[in-house]
Amino acid sequence: MATQKTVSTTGNIVVADAMRQCRPDVMAAYPITPQTTIVEEFAAYVAQGRVHTEYITVESEHSAMSACIGASAAGARVMTATSSQGLALMWEELHIASGMRLPIIMANANRALSAPINIHCDHSDAMGARDAGWVMLFAETAQEAYDNTIMATRIGENPDVLLPVMSCLDGFITTHSIDRIDVLDDDTVAGFVGEYVPQNALLDIDQPVTHGAFSGLGGPFFEFKRAQRDAIERSREVIKSVAAEYSELSGRPFGAIETWGMEDAEVAIVVIGSTAGNTRHVARQLRAQGVKAGVVKVRVFRPFPYAELAATLSGVKAVAVMDRAESFGAEGGPLFLEVRSALYDAETRVPIVGYIYGLGGSDVRLDLIERVYADLSDIAAGTAQPGGLVYLGAR
Amino acid sequence: MATLKELTHREDRLEGGHRLCAGCGASIAVRQVLLGAGEDPVVVGCATGCLEVSTTIYPYSSWKTPFIHNAFENSAATVSGVEAAFKGLKAAGKIPADKRIKFVAFGGDGGTYDIGLQSLSGAMERGHDMVYVCYDNGAYMNTGIQRSSATPKGAWATTAQVGVAQQGKQQRRKDLTQIMAAHGIPYVAQASISHWKDLTMKAEKAFAVEGPAFMNVFAPCPRGWRIPYDKTVEVAKAAVQTGFWPLYEVEDGVWRQTVKVHNKKPVEEFLRPQGRFKHLFKPENADLLAEIQADVDRAYAAVLARCEG
Repeated sequence: MATQKTVSTTGNIVVADAMRQCRPDVMAAYPITPQTTIVEEFAAYVAQGRVHTEYITVESEHSAMSACIGASAAGARVMTATSSQGLALMWEELHIASGMRLPIIMANANRALSAPINIHCDHSDAMGARDAGWVMLFAETAQEAYDNTIMATRIGENPDVLLPVMSCLDGFITTHSIDRIDVLDDDTVAGFVGEYVPQNALLDIDQPVTHGAFSGLGGPFFEFKRAQRDAIERSREVIKSVAAEYSELSGRPFGAIETWGMEDAEVAIVVIGSTAGNTRHVARQLRAQGVKAGVVKVRVFRPFPYAELAATLSGVKAVAVMDRAESFGAEGGPLFLEVRSALYDAETRVPIVGYIYGLGGSDVRLDLIERVYADLSDIAAGTAQPGGLVYLGAR
Repeated sequence: MATLKELTHREDRLEGGHRLCAGCGASIAVRQVLLGAGEDPVVVGCATGCLEVSTTIYPYSSWKTPFIHNAFENSAATVSGVEAAFKGLKAAGKIPADKRIKFVAFGGDGGTYDIGLQSLSGAMERGHDMVYVCYDNGAYMNTGIQRSSATPKGAWATTAQVGVAQQGKQQRRKDLTQIMAAHGIPYVAQASISHWKDLTMKAEKAFAVEGPAFMNVFAPCPRGWRIPYDKTVEVAKAAVQTGFWPLYEVEDGVWRQTVKVHNKKPVEEFLRPQGRFKHLFKPENADLLAEIQADVDRAYAAVLARCEG
């Protein structure tokens, strides 16, 4: 294991630090709450001469991702950060980044989408981009946000993947809370991520290539899309091997899903991001009362770990899926739809309930999570049936 | 600047065989602009539009130089990223410090005056060492002649039609060249494909300056303007001679008319050959025609005043 330094700081600051340690050639970013302190911190590194990065202070998030695409196609290691409306403004470019197979690394400080305008945490921004072809990682803590940023660089740039990676952390809860974080030293990170070796770089003047060609007249558009699908499928194994290597360095394991109490759980909650901590806390208390409670945290949302979820949930009597995002008009939130789909092939049909919670930073109190487990216990005991979607804690 | 003979020996970076229409002003503009880059390698960016779709039909490409298309409204931001990568990779020691590469972004008037204006403004303000070239044919030609903010007043377009209630586009065109001059960047020029020497000279200056440069190049579209494909240059020349499209440059804030117009002709000589203006010559539209002439006179005088002042 490499030597590490324990620091006390916020999620955003360690994300900026991880980016610095990955030595990007270009950063193009636009400030937006609650991502702002990432780009401010990085601007300080630039001013202090601590990075060689060319920092483009663009006039919008659309231009941020556009410039990232130009820079990545040129052959640079490229990073950016955004949130909420900014991610929404990038929407068109998110698809182009993945379609052009450019391994851009982006931190996303999860925040609600307007309207009404709201600056606090939920996952509607990232979930709105879930079909954009990006690898998507979610952090529960500042530590995970740090680790994910470093691993994201290796995952995206792997020649078998070559896809952009979005590394999400919960707005304010994780971005702004001070936490205890172990950080690797600069040389260790530089050695781990290595040099980016671009393919078909625009700046390779002697081998001129055309990027972003037109494939609309019977060209292989369909086949390009299948190649993208193949790449994100290959990323499953790449994520595993990068995680294994990183775990040796850091001592911190990483899985597409991470479980607590699932060995013998009868009732389980599936959750993403910072709420996993409170969920484990409640599950631990319930265990003391004899309830066989389990927690499944999804850390990789794309590619979605359906096989791992199906395996861990197969023996459970009732499952709740907590979504911090809506998919209006669907049967539940985005995570619910994925989990239920993952369980379709299970031999026994596990009762599953969808909960929408915490939208726009609405409080996720322990008693709300207790209520979810209580609902599940009733279903497991056969004294209640899964009803429809629950808006957890809505007044 | 290079002589015509010298220019003929320079390599064409946009090859023949592309699918642009016969008589297209865009390809003339591109080839003349790229001649201005001289011997330095050039990376080309291009907005979505005729130029892009007609030159990069996968798996073919007409570009003998590195080329990138990203989307419609962001060729300036995209090329700013490429230019930043060049600097970042130099700083990382991955590209030799003395390596020279030029960067140019092309966009039509739709992608520049309208949807790409913010991206252009941002890239120019940030001071990237790049040239942005708008090939202005005064409408969204790629999608079928819809009006843009560069479409002249009175012109027919598929979204500014002619009927009893309306005579084509009702608004004046936006003066993008002056907007870009107001950015205070080192070099801004208005040019036309009809004046190759003036255009190439401006391109040479644009590529030579350190920092951002903007060129607005008049580039007729035979399909959209309803002119024969062999009249492209002639109609472009009429725009200059009538004062509709004055040729000038703004170099470090100094305005200069680069092609003087002697005996400025009535704007009718530019309008009449074009089918998109034919309704203006009906007797009932005489007032509108007079209004257009007055607009041209006023705008031309204003540019001239800045050049002389």
